[in-house]
Amino acid sequence: MAQLPGLLKGLGITFGTMMRTFKNGSNTVQYPHEKEAPPVRARGVIALHQDNCTSCMLCSRSCPDWCIYIEAHKELAPPRREGGKPRQVNLLDRFDIDYALCMYCGICVEVCPFDALFWSPEYEYSEPNITDMLHDKTKLSEWMETVPEAPALEVGADKKKK
Amino acid sequence: MNTLLGVVIPYWGQSLLRVLGGLVAVLLPAGTIVYVFLFKMMSFMQSRLGPMEAGPYGSLQLVAEVGKWLQKEDIQPTNADKPVFKLAPIIVLMSTFLLVVVVPFGPDAWFTNLETGIFYALAVSSISVLGILMAGWSSANKYSLLGGLRAAGQLIAYELPMVLAVMGVVIQAGTMNLQQIVVAQNAGSIFGINTFGNPYVITQFVGFIVFMIAIQAELTQAPFDMPIAESELVSGYMTEYSGFRFLIFFIGEFATAGVFAMIASTLFLGGWGVPFSWFGWTSMDSVANWMNVVGPLIVFTKMMVLTFFIMWVRFTYPRFREDQLQRFAWKVLIPVSLVNIMLTAVLKVMF
Repeated sequence: MAQLPGLLKGLGITFGTMMRTFKNGSNTVQYPHEKEAPPVRARGVIALHQDNCTSCMLCSRSCPDWCIYIEAHKELAPPRREGGKPRQVNLLDRFDIDYALCMYCGICVEVCPFDALFWSPEYEYSEPNITDMLHDKTKLSEWMETVPEAPALEVGADKKKK
Repeated sequence: MNTLLGVVIPYWGQSLLRVLGGLVAVLLPAGTIVYVFLFKMMSFMQSRLGPMEAGPYGSLQLVAEVGKWLQKEDIQPTNADKPVFKLAPIIVLMSTFLLVVVVPFGPDAWFTNLETGIFYALAVSSISVLGILMAGWSSANKYSLLGGLRAAGQLIAYELPMVLAVMGVVIQAGTMNLQQIVVAQNAGSIFGINTFGNPYVITQFVGFIVFMIAIQAELTQAPFDMPIAESELVSGYMTEYSGFRFLIFFIGEFATAGVFAMIASTLFLGGWGVPFSWFGWTSMDSVANWMNVVGPLIVFTKMMVLTFFIMWVRFTYPRFREDQLQRFAWKVLIPVSLVNIMLTAVLKVMF
C-alpha cells in the first residue's frame, strides 16, 4: 500500500508524456523527410585543404586505425628571392581517408601542424559499396566547402583559418 | 441463429460463418491492439512517433511485419523435440480461439451459449500454459526451459486470484452463463437507480482490480513479464522460434489480450448491452434486434478501453522479481479476493 502513490505517479508520467507528444509533437525527427542541423563542431566528415598540406605524415602516423594513406614526391619550386636557390616542396600524389575504418577520433585534425584538416558537420555520405567509403584527395577537398566558420575562441586567440 | 435476414442457413453454412466470425473476433482486435497500443501509444509515451512510413501514418506497418515474418526461414534447433516444437505455438493460439467462443457479442450474436460459460473460459485459458511449457521444453535450450517453467509457475499462481475474482461476479449474478451475466448487469439497479444498470465494476470493484492484475500476469505483460525477460532469458520460451511460428506466438499474445479484455468487459462492464432502462427493455427477450449489430461495436469499444489500461501499465512499470511476483499473488491477491468473495456472499444474502 505504501507504494501506491509512487505507482500512480508513474502512470501519470507516461500518460502526461503521451498527451504532450499528441499536443507538441515528438522529440524525434523523421529523418529522410526532415533533417536536424548538426551542431557547428559536429564530427561529420574530415575535409582536406590541399595547399596547407606538407605531407609530413603526422596525421597518418597518429591515426589509431591507420585509415589515412599519403603518398607524395619532391619537386623544385622557384626561389622566394631573386637569385636564390630553388626550394624543395612536397607535392601530394595521394591523400586518402578510408571512412570505413575511420572512428572519428579527430586526432589527425588535432595533430596537423599546418591546419590542413578540418571537421565538417556533413554526415550523408554512406555508400552501398564499402570500397566507395575511401575518399581521395579530390573528394576530401570538396568537403572543404561544407566546413563552417570556426567558432570564436577566447579573446586574443587566433581562429582556425580555412 | 438458424436464419439470417430471413434466409435459412444450413448447418455447414452456420459453421462457416462461426469460423469466419471467430477469425474476425480474434484477429481484428489483435491487429488493432498492436497498431494502436504497441506501435503508437507506446511510442507516444516515449515521446516518439513510432512507425510512420508504411501506409498513412504507419497504419500498414503490421502488414509489412507479417510479410517479413512469413518470408523468414523456419529454423528448428537440431536437438529440438520436433513434433512438440511444431505443436506448441498452435496450442497457444488455439486456446485463444477456444476462449473467444463463449464471449457474447449481442442478444443473438454468440458462437456458443454455454450454461457454464465463464467456467469454460477459465478452464480453457490455462491450455496456453501447456503450449508455453511445451515450447520451453522442446526448444532444447536451457533459457527457453527456464522461461517456460517461470511462465508455468506464474500462470498457475495468477490463475487462482483470477478464478476467485470471477467468483464474486458469479455470486452476484447467480449464474455462470456469460449472456445471463450481461443481462443481470444491464437489467439490474443500484439501490433502485437503474440509469446505468448495475455494472459489476462498481459493486465488484475489488474483484475487477484483482481480475485485471491477474490477466496482466496471464498475458505475461510487463510488469509480469518474468518468463520472457529479455535481459536474462533473451525471449524465454520464444527464443528458438522464428518466422511463422514466432508470428503465431505474437498473434497469440495480443489476441489473448483482446479476448481477455472482452471477457473482463463482459464480466464487469456490462458486455454488449446498454442499460436496458434506456430503451424500456426488461429482459433478454425484449432486447431489440439492432443490438446484434451495435453489440459487437460496444464490446469492441469496451475491450479497447480495458486494453488501454493493460498496455498503459505494461509501458509504465519495470519488471517484478520472481519472488516479488509470487509473493504478490499468494500473499496479496488471493487473500484480497477471498475477503471479496466472503463480503459479496454476505451482502448477497442480506439484500
